Amino acid sequence: MSEQDPKSRAIAEIRLGPDLFHLLCWVASAAAVATLGLIIYEIVSGAWPAMQKFGLGFLTSSSWVPNRENFGIFPFIIGTAASSFIAILFALPLGLAIAIFLSENFLPLPVRQVVRFVVEMLAAIPSVVYGLWGIFVVIPLMKIFGAWAVSTFHGVPVLETLFAPPAYGNSMLTASIVLALMILPTLTAISRNSLTAVPGTLREGAYALGATRWEAILGVILPTAAPGVVAATILALGRAMGETMAVAMLIGNSSRLSWSLLSPGGTLAGLLANQFGEAEGMQVNSLMFAALILVVITLFVNLLGEAVLRYTQNQTAGIR
Amino acid sequence: MTETSARSVDAKHVSPGRPDFLTVRNFDFFYGKKQALFDITMDIPEKRVTALIGPSGCGKSTLLRNFNRMNELIDGIRHSGDIRLLGQSIFDKTVEVIALRRSVGMVFQKSNPFPKSIYENVVYGLRIGGESKKSVLDEAVERSLRGAALWDEAKDRLHESALGLSGGQMQRLCIARAIANRPKVLLMDEPCSALDPIATVKVEELIHELKQEFTIIIVTHNMQQATRCSDKTAFFYLGKLIEFAETQKIFSNPVQKQTEDYITGRFG
Repeated sequence: MSEQDPKSRAIAEIRLGPDLFHLLCWVASAAAVATLGLIIYEIVSGAWPAMQKFGLGFLTSSSWVPNRENFGIFPFIIGTAASSFIAILFALPLGLAIAIFLSENFLPLPVRQVVRFVVEMLAAIPSVVYGLWGIFVVIPLMKIFGAWAVSTFHGVPVLETLFAPPAYGNSMLTASIVLALMILPTLTAISRNSLTAVPGTLREGAYALGATRWEAILGVILPTAAPGVVAATILALGRAMGETMAVAMLIGNSSRLSWSLLSPGGTLAGLLANQFGEAEGMQVNSLMFAALILVVITLFVNLLGEAVLRYTQNQTAGIR
Repeated sequence: MTETSARSVDAKHVSPGRPDFLTVRNFDFFYGKKQALFDITMDIPEKRVTALIGPSGCGKSTLLRNFNRMNELIDGIRHSGDIRLLGQSIFDKTVEVIALRRSVGMVFQKSNPFPKSIYENVVYGLRIGGESKKSVLDEAVERSLRGAALWDEAKDRLHESALGLSGGQMQRLCIARAIANRPKVLLMDEPCSALDPIATVKVEELIHELKQEFTIIIVTHNMQQATRCSDKTAFFYLGKLIEFAETQKIFSNPVQKQTEDYITGRFG
């Protein structure tokens, strides 16, 4: 930029505004990245004594006895995986069905918009409210269902193990059902987006070959949208794994591993929420270690989901 | 049918077919309140290529999409008059739209292969029709891909994704997919408008081959294409059929002034 040129001098004078704005944006984004870095640093440094003491055995040991300074989170890792997985089992068919319904014209548009709005509003309900609803509605129902399941499945292989007595209200199943409801909006919204992103020309192509509507949906539209549905499932899984309050209120927080869905269990997030208040010494370090494991798992699952989603968008762009 | 099928239509090398294979009678068509087609009456001959031409919005695609009742995917449409395939009304209550679309295949403006393998694309129509015998499907794949002049290029990659084909190959795959159903009529909605000149020539050559076996109706914006590959041409303007005659006559000696203005490029 030469000083002699009057035009460029004028530009130089007004650059202060853009420069300042540029700087502010830069600082803000750097702060966001730095925050994540600092959080992880803080967790790692808090967890360090426990990492040195227990090493990888922390992940595989099943005993969590604070007064003996004996810590292992295996049951909580399993509990986190199991509760999220069962929640997906419930939420995926329901979410996919809703997504298909919302992306097709079975219902008039205003009705679809209302359904869509209501489902997306499920995401706006605070976690603790889901927990309360679970305590007052789902737990009483689960006690009834549990008693019925125990007597009905008695003597049936596999089911007998999955529904073994005693049937507590606070159980893996209760937490999973409420979790399923909480991840439903994520699953539905992303699945619906990938279904509506399927080009109309593919649908027409299927109809033109003599497909019925269901054949077009199941044979062409759904397979085309499948990577998006997979991404939706993974992101919902990430949400379920990190979900804390409702799960801590409902799962029973036990470190005993059980095959029975009616037994209490525990998750990493639930463990942290329950024990931080009264923890001291090595227990704090161990909770930090557990937090680190949780962050690593959810970060990984979310990155995977984002990667699949990005891949999907590129794929659909290729079809169009 | 027996009475007319033996009659020679003209001296061309194409095997003669019946001249009233597909008939349109006093056909009006409405999108909601807007009338898109006015009193169309025409006879489309068997195993010939009939081109529908005219400026955008003239109703030629609307008519084409009535032949396989694709317009029924749109809400608020209605029609009066009739369209008959081999004497049978396609709107008759006893005609299932699924069956109609099997016997009246369609190729679209933009090629639309499914994100499946080449093989699965071709057999899609047969599979949903309930055919699952591998020998039948294999035979249909070879016959259809040969019919669409794609066999040599695709035979070694049948189980690879169709999305890896070039634009022209994809369009020929869509033609193969349509003829795998062994339709009586093949509708083509501007099948070359998204293709480069070389791919266009291939599809046009293919149309010449296909009329040995199928009755073809092609919508095109390209007048040269109509002269190159059609036997009869229908000129539409503002929803009306202005002129319908042998292609050679339409382009050399049109009766209507509007037709002459359009083909000489004075409007449209």
